[in-house]
Amino acid sequence: MELLGAIVTLMGSLVLLVASIGLLRMPDVYNRLQVGTKATTLGTILTLFGLLILMPGWWGKLILLIFFVMMTNPVSSHVLARASYFIKIPFTDRTVVDKLKVSSKAQKIEYEEK
Amino acid sequence: MKNFFIVFLILMIVWVLLNNTFQPDILLVGAVIAFFASAFLCKRCELFADMNFTPKGIIYTIIFLGVFMIDLIKSNLDVTRRVLNPALPIKPGIVEVKTKLKSKFARMLLANSITLTPGTLTVDVKDDSFFIHWIDVKDEDVKVASKEIVEKFEKYLEVIYG
Repeated sequence: MELLGAIVTLMGSLVLLVASIGLLRMPDVYNRLQVGTKATTLGTILTLFGLLILMPGWWGKLILLIFFVMMTNPVSSHVLARASYFIKIPFTDRTVVDKLKVSSKAQKIEYEEK
Repeated sequence: MKNFFIVFLILMIVWVLLNNTFQPDILLVGAVIAFFASAFLCKRCELFADMNFTPKGIIYTIIFLGVFMIDLIKSNLDVTRRVLNPALPIKPGIVEVKTKLKSKFARMLLANSITLTPGTLTVDVKDDSFFIHWIDVKDEDVKVASKEIVEKFEKYLEVIYG
């Protein structure tokens, strides 16, 4: 049982390691956010799940933690991405399309916020 | 009244999970606090008003959670593959997708789920359109992108939130 918990926690740490490498390798803010959201969520969930196997008495609090991480993580990355878009942080050269710029509604909002 | 019960239930579940016990005195304290909190602080909690509490809705909620977890793992493997590949195979861009969902809570769930699926990140929401940063743009067309990104979650949320 202890071994299984340790392995799951180790897998979570590996996912978090990949997320950190991704943060260094990605070319612009938006792609970094992508790595940040996804890898961090699974990394945290796996780490907490490994802890759950090691310490079954803590299950209530750990499940609450997993739930809060899953609800708040996408919200914060959405807000960061939206803010960076509206203060015009540039995209990488490899970006192929930007539909938000074409949309006239978006331009109107941008004007109102100045 | 329905909202009041749902908020009360959620507060009670959080209380029991945090205390990790079923002793009657702790349950009673939790019930009193949860009752006053949901009665006075939640006059206009309209978030849960449009949820269907039928057996079908509950079954679909469980299926949705399963689909969501599988997609979470798939998205992580996909992003891991991209990060560790020396050539960094990304093709980023912002695409527009349309949703048919009307309920606010369902839309929030949809946007959150999109943010956690393979290489997609919700940047902005305007009326029926979600603007999504996609790490690997397969097609710029609104319909094709909607089918790729939104449909797998939308069909469950449509049943749960009517």
